[in-house]
Amino acid sequence: MAHSARRDSPELPDFSVLKRLARDQLIYLLEQLPGKKDLFIEADLMSPLDRIANVSTLKQHEVDKLYKVEYKPVVSTSDQLCFLIRPRIQTVKWVCDVVNADKAAGKFKRYKIIFTPQKFYACETVLEEQGIFGDVSTDEWAFYLLPLDEDIINLELPEFFRDNFLEGDQRWVRTGGSALHLFHSIYGPFSKVYGIGRCSKMVYESWREQVKEGEQKARQAEVGTVFLIDRDVDFVTPLCSQVVYEGLVDDIFRIKCGCVEFGPDVTSSDKSIKVMLNSQDKVFNEIRNEHFSNVFGFLSQKARNLQTAYDKRRGMDIKQMKTFVSEELKGLKQEHRLLSLHIGASESMMKKKTKQDFQELLKTEHSLLEGFEIRECISFIEEHINRQVSYLKLCPLSLYFFTGLLPKDYRSLKAQYLQSYGVDHLLTFANLKQLGLLVEQQPGETLTVMESKMGKLVNDKTAGKLTDAFSSLAKKSNFRALSRRLSLVPKSDEEYDLRVPRDMAYIFSGAYIPLSCKLIEQVLERDGWTGLEEVTRLLNGHEFAVTADLRPQSDAQRIILVMFLGGCTFSEISALRFLGRERGYKFIVLTTAITNSARLIEAMLDNHV
Amino acid sequence: MMKSKADEEDYWNSSKFKAFTFDDEDDEFTKLKESRQAVNSICGLVEEEEDEDEVEKVSWSGEPVGSISWSVRETASSLREQSFPKIDTTPSLPKNSSGYSLSSLFKGKEVLSDSSVRLYAPELRKPKSEYKVTAVSLEKFRSLQEKLLLLDEAVGVHDGNVITAVLIYLKKSLSKEVLFRELESRQTALRHFIHYLTESKEQRLLLELYRALGRTEDEALLQYKEHLRITDENKRRDFLKSCVSLPFSPEDAGHVQDHYTLLERQIIIEATDRQAETGGKVEIFQKFPRRASILNMPLITTLYYCCFYHYAETEGTYSSPANIRQTFRIAEKQYFVTALAARAKLKAWHDVDALFTSRNWLGFTRKKSPLSFSRVADILSKNNAPVQVLQEYVGLVDDVELRVALAQKYKCHFIVISTYRDLKDRQLLLGYRGKVERGSEEERKIDELLSNPQIRWKN
Repeated sequence: MAHSARRDSPELPDFSVLKRLARDQLIYLLEQLPGKKDLFIEADLMSPLDRIANVSTLKQHEVDKLYKVEYKPVVSTSDQLCFLIRPRIQTVKWVCDVVNADKAAGKFKRYKIIFTPQKFYACETVLEEQGIFGDVSTDEWAFYLLPLDEDIINLELPEFFRDNFLEGDQRWVRTGGSALHLFHSIYGPFSKVYGIGRCSKMVYESWREQVKEGEQKARQAEVGTVFLIDRDVDFVTPLCSQVVYEGLVDDIFRIKCGCVEFGPDVTSSDKSIKVMLNSQDKVFNEIRNEHFSNVFGFLSQKARNLQTAYDKRRGMDIKQMKTFVSEELKGLKQEHRLLSLHIGASESMMKKKTKQDFQELLKTEHSLLEGFEIRECISFIEEHINRQVSYLKLCPLSLYFFTGLLPKDYRSLKAQYLQSYGVDHLLTFANLKQLGLLVEQQPGETLTVMESKMGKLVNDKTAGKLTDAFSSLAKKSNFRALSRRLSLVPKSDEEYDLRVPRDMAYIFSGAYIPLSCKLIEQVLERDGWTGLEEVTRLLNGHEFAVTADLRPQSDAQRIILVMFLGGCTFSEISALRFLGRERGYKFIVLTTAITNSARLIEAMLDNHV
Repeated sequence: MMKSKADEEDYWNSSKFKAFTFDDEDDEFTKLKESRQAVNSICGLVEEEEDEDEVEKVSWSGEPVGSISWSVRETASSLREQSFPKIDTTPSLPKNSSGYSLSSLFKGKEVLSDSSVRLYAPELRKPKSEYKVTAVSLEKFRSLQEKLLLLDEAVGVHDGNVITAVLIYLKKSLSKEVLFRELESRQTALRHFIHYLTESKEQRLLLELYRALGRTEDEALLQYKEHLRITDENKRRDFLKSCVSLPFSPEDAGHVQDHYTLLERQIIIEATDRQAETGGKVEIFQKFPRRASILNMPLITTLYYCCFYHYAETEGTYSSPANIRQTFRIAEKQYFVTALAARAKLKAWHDVDALFTSRNWLGFTRKKSPLSFSRVADILSKNNAPVQVLQEYVGLVDDVELRVALAQKYKCHFIVISTYRDLKDRQLLLGYRGKVERGSEEERKIDELLSNPQIRWKN
C-alpha cells in the first residue's frame, strides 16, 4: 500500500530547529518581565504553543498561572500580567479594560503584551486612545513557522484568508514575507522562485526587501525551489468533499494544529482522546494519503498481521518469550493502540457518511465538475436546502457557481436558502459575492463585454485595483476553459483504479485533478510559465518566475517549498506527495492555515454579532 | 431549533440511494468489522500487561497532562476552588531545551551549540523600520498633497500595517469630506480603511463613508446587520421594520421585508403558545412540550413548528400553515417536505394521506406529490410509519425496479407480489414465496396467483 519512494528522492531538512527557535524567543521575551507573572493566552494560540513548549517551560521562567483570554474581567492577584495575543483590536481593547479597571481600583501592576507574530499600528493606537500607552509594554514574538509534520509548516493564521481576500487588507503580506525570509535564512538560499496571484507577488516582493535589508551568509542550500500560490487562484479544490483519509478525518473531526479529538464513538469508551496525527504514527502514515476505499483493506490486513504476531507467543519457551517481550511487544502494543484508533475512526466516519447521503453529494460534485446532469445537481442542492441539512451545503452551490450558475437558479436557490437558514444569511451572500465565491451572473452578452474589458484592465498596471471588483466575473466561466486546457477532469468512460493511482485525480476518486497542484506540476515541468500563457490569462495573471544566479544544486532543487497564501487542504498535500513520488521531488508545504470546504464557508459567515 | 440535534438528523436524514459505497460497501464494511473484532480480541491480552509509561498521561478532559491547554483549564476550574492544583507531577522538560539564558545569545551569535545545525539568530527584535519611522514623522506631512503622497507610498510597499497607520493619521488630520473624496479613487487604501472602521466598530463613520461613496447596498447591509445586536424581540422587530425602506436591491428588499414579517408573527405566535402551554389546557403542548422558543428561527423551522402545533387551523390565523405558506410564497415542494415531516413525526397518518390526495371533477381521488414517492416513503419510514401506510406510497413509485427494491426494503410484501404479477414473472414470484412467512396471508396470495389459470406467465 505504501508507495515505494523513488530511490533518488532527496531527504527533507530537519524542521525541529524552528520549534526550538520559537521557544527560545518566547523565553527571551518572558525574561524581559522578570519575577512572577500570570500569563493570559489567546485561545487560538494555545494549541500552537503546546506544540513548542509546555507548562514546565513557562514555569521555569516564572509564569505563575495560565489563563485563556476570554474577554471577561480577570481575577488574577499577581502584580505582573503578561498577555500573549494575536494583534487584534478586540483583544487589545479587552486588555485596556483590564488595565483601566485596575487603575480605577487603585491597583498598580506591570503589564506586558506580547503580540505574535507581529504587532500592528492599529493595536497600539487602541492603547493610546484608551490612555494606557506607556503603562503597558509591548513586544513581538516572531513565531511564524510551526512545523506540523516533516513536510508541513503552518503559520496558523486562519484569518489571513478573510483579511486578505475578502476585506482586501494587506496586513499579513509582510508577515508572509517574514515567514519566507525566516525559512530562507535557515534553509535557503533559493535559486528558483515561481508564483501566481496578487498576494503571492506582494509576499515575494516583501521577502526580497527583507533579504536586502539583512545580510545573507553564503551556505549550502537545503531547499532550492519555491512556489507561491494564492488561494483565490483555485477555489474549486477546497470546495470539494475530501475522500483521502487525512482529508476526510479533517472534514469530519476537524484536525486542529496537527491534533484531532476522537470522541467516544471512536474510542469505544466513555471518554474522548486527543491524538497527534503525523508521520510518527506509523499506521496513520501509511493510510493518510490513501483514498478512503483502500483504507479498510489495509486496516484489516494490518489487524490480521498483528494477530499473527501476537499468536507467535504460543509455543515459545522462556528465553524466546523474554526476547519477544523485550523486543517486539512494545512495538506491537503501540501498533495495536493506533490500529484500534484508526479502525474506530473509519467506522465512525462510515456511519456518519452513510447518514449524510455522502455518495449522492460526491456524485453531485463530480457532475458539476464535469458539467453533466446539472438539473439533477440543482434538485439535490435544493432538496438539501429544503431539509435544512447544513449550511455547508453552500459548498456545492458555490461549486456550481464556478462551473456555470444560471441567474434564475441563483435567485431561486438563494431565496430557498434564506428561508431555510435565516434571512440574516443575506450578509453571508454579500460576502460570497465580494470574494467572488458566488455571484449572480450577468446575462450572457454583458458578461462577454465585461470580460473583454477586463482583459485590457489586467494588463494595465494602474488599473490593477479595479480587477478586484471584476475578477469574480472573470472567474466564472473560466473554470470550464481551464479544466479543458489543463485536462483537470479525466474522461469519465475510463475505469479508474484507486488502488493504483495514475495521477493526482485519485484524491477525488479519479474525478478531478486539483487545479492548484496541476499548476505546480506544469510549472516545474516547464521550468516556468512558458506555454501556459492562456492558462495564466484565464487566471487573471500575476504569475512570475525568478531564477537566481546561483550554482544549481540538484538535490536542493528537487526539494520544493510550496507556500499557500490563504490556506491549503490535506487533499492538496496528498496530491503533492503523490507528485513528489512520481517525479522524484520532495514537497514541503508552507501554509497560512489548513483549510477545507467548511472553514472556507465559515470564514464568510457574518450572521453573528 | 425545536428538536435536539440528534433527533433532527435522525428525522431529516434519509437515503434514497445506497449511501457511501465506494465500491462494494457490504464487503468493505464486513472487513472493517472483522478487523475491529480481531483488534478487540487482542485487547484482553494487551491490557493485562499494559505498562503505564507507554500510555500518554491524559487528564479527565483527554488533554495530555502538562500541556498548556490543560493547564489553562486547570486554572479556570481552580478559580472556583480558590486553590491552584500542584502540577509538579508533570514530566519535566529535557535538559537541553532551555537550560541557558537567552539574553546572552541574541547578539548575533550562534544560538544553538549544536554544531550540526547551521543556524544563526535572526535579529529577534529587528525594528519594524517602515511604520515606526513613518509613525514618528507623520506629523510632518501637513499639506494634502504630502499626505496623499504618503498614502500612495504606503500602498506601494504592500504593507497593510503601514497603510492602516497612515490612514489613522489621515483620519485624525483631515476632514471626513476630504478624506472620503480622496479615498474614492484609491481602492486599496479604501478597503483598508473600511476594514479598520469595521474592526474598531466605528459604525457611524463607516455608514457615512458608504453614503458619501454612493455604495447604498453596502450601507443598507451594514445597517441591517445591526439587528443582530438587539436582543429584545420587540425592539428587533421595530428595527427590522425600519430596515425595509433601506436602499437594498429589489430582491434583497423582499427578503428583509420577509424577515420583518416573520419576526412579527413569531412574536404573536410565541405569546399565544406560551400561554397555551402554561395554561395546560391544550393537549398537544402537554403531549409534546415545546423545547425552545420559536423566536428568531428561520422561516422553514417556523413552518415546521406550525405544521406540528397548528396544523388544523383555518387560514385566518397567523399560525396556520396555509397562511404562512401563502404569505411567504413558499414553494410547493418545500411546503410538502416540511408538512410531511411534521405530520409524520406526530404519526398523523390521516393528515399525511390527505396531503397527497386530490379529487378530480368526477369525485375520484388520486395521489399526487411534488416530490418523488420514493422520497415520501423514505421520510415516512424514518418516522416509523406502519407497513399499511408505507405500502400506499411505495406502490406509487413509477420505476418498477425502484418500487420492488423499496418494497423489499420496507417489507411491503403485497407490493412486491402484485408487481411480479404485473410483470407476469412466475419465477420471481416463486422465489419470493420463500421469503414471506409460512402460512401468512402473503403466502396464500402468492399461491392463489400461481394457481390462477388466467394469468399468462412469461416464464
